[in-house]
Amino acid sequence: MTVLHPGIAQGPVLLLDEPLSFWGAFDPRHGTIIDIHHPQKGAGLKGKILMMLESRGSGSAPGGLAEAIRLGTAPAGIILVQPDINLAIGAAVAETLYGKSCPVLAVAAPDFLELSKAAYLHISHDGTVGPSLDDA
Amino acid sequence: MRDGKAYRLAMQLVEQAASIMQAPRLIPISFAHIDACFYTGQSHLDFVRFLLEHSAKLSVPTWTNNSVASPDDGGLRPEYSDPEMVRGAHKLMTLYAELGCKPTWTCAPYQLAGGPRFGDHIAVGESNAVAFYNSVVGARTNKYGDYLDVACAITGLAPFAGLHTDESRRADIHFLCAGIPDEWKRQDIFFHLLGHVIGRKAGRRIPVISSLPKETGRDQLKALCAAGAASGGIELLHVTGVTPEAPALESVFKTGEKIEITAEHLQAAHRELSTVRDGPLDAVALGTPHFSLSEFSELIKLLAGRKVKTAAYISTSRGIREMLKAKGWLKTLQDAGITIPVDVCTYYSPKVQALKGRVMTNAAKWAYYAPGMLGVEVCFGSLKECVESAVRGEVWRDSSLWLQT
Repeated sequence: MTVLHPGIAQGPVLLLDEPLSFWGAFDPRHGTIIDIHHPQKGAGLKGKILMMLESRGSGSAPGGLAEAIRLGTAPAGIILVQPDINLAIGAAVAETLYGKSCPVLAVAAPDFLELSKAAYLHISHDGTVGPSLDDA
Repeated sequence: MRDGKAYRLAMQLVEQAASIMQAPRLIPISFAHIDACFYTGQSHLDFVRFLLEHSAKLSVPTWTNNSVASPDDGGLRPEYSDPEMVRGAHKLMTLYAELGCKPTWTCAPYQLAGGPRFGDHIAVGESNAVAFYNSVVGARTNKYGDYLDVACAITGLAPFAGLHTDESRRADIHFLCAGIPDEWKRQDIFFHLLGHVIGRKAGRRIPVISSLPKETGRDQLKALCAAGAASGGIELLHVTGVTPEAPALESVFKTGEKIEITAEHLQAAHRELSTVRDGPLDAVALGTPHFSLSEFSELIKLLAGRKVKTAAYISTSRGIREMLKAKGWLKTLQDAGITIPVDVCTYYSPKVQALKGRVMTNAAKWAYYAPGMLGVEVCFGSLKECVESAVRGEVWRDSSLWLQT
């Protein structure tokens, strides 16, 4: 497990079937997936623990995530397998500018599979992921 | 202000990226071309305001990519069309100029004098410029996303990883063009189509292309890079005997997949880049990436003093427009009914009002993005076909081209 950007978060799990780009495929004003080719088009990311194997590359993705964090429409936290610089940078800039955190983690594929079965997840500052504290 | 909050944030971002890329160290860069000046929301304004408030200073010459909308784009995107986006874009341009950027506002900075040279380490964000600088100039950059590009410019540093290192610049897929007639390889359309094919097939691998003419020029390589970056995310390609790191195939390639390019590949790319059949035409859109002086020269020859019947846009940089003015070509183009927007491109929203219905372009990148972003129909063609079609008001096909179907 690698902490790409640290933070504390919890929320219902949203597992994406395909990678998502945070620019062009995602509308930060409403926090929804708008890419017509994405199988989960229309899904809201706000407050979710977003799980996807990787992010789809776009140089403008950091701004898309930072804007969603500013507006409060962003996921609570993001769990990936493939480490992604754009999402880490977007989360880091938003934390500095707005004081709001959205942790971004990369975990090993088997752990990802296991975690994705949970309905709720909690992310600790050190990157530990487990069932929501509310359930514990 | 190395002890300031702005420098600390910039260094934090560069180190965060270095850690994710597992770079052993940071290296000095000599140049940056940033994309964070392309407005996508309020957070872009807040970021540069934070830097200015905390006395950020750029460490290297830093040039700017296209803007979403420019006060100088001839009313292409008036404020009422999308007040938040247009006002935000104008403000962002002012703030990045205040930060000390050279206000080039172009996606083709390599067409202006004074840029980086062979072997320079640089930080670039715009995908076609990343591919061109790496491939054609032989400067070294990864594709740096928004904010990280500016952070590299402020610190003057980049993570020593990826395409900055020798070992990551070798090709791992070989495209052989020996079976394509030489005559085709002199057509501008060939390079757009080849780039599209290569991007699709290579994905994120590094291609080497062999059997292209030695005299393959910068406009053709620009088309190749832009099309490959749009369809596949290519950040570096080699052309044997043409690009500086590939004097021969063996210089960059040992083993890997080998694909023979055929006429069928190119015809399939042509079909993929067109969403509509030939017929009446509403507009022509050229200049993605920004048109060069030599492309304007070719276009004026093809125009031969005639006027266009459709709407016609050719995007370029303010730098190139100054050269057009000096040569008297700007007036020639305007008299022919052609609009020359600067600082921006026409394929993204807010929509350019006259770009609707059926639009013809010679740019694979424009054809790739515009149907989704603008909801237009696209006819793909050569530069000559675009010019003739604009003059006639309907799609004209060049019977001497091999793409007749």
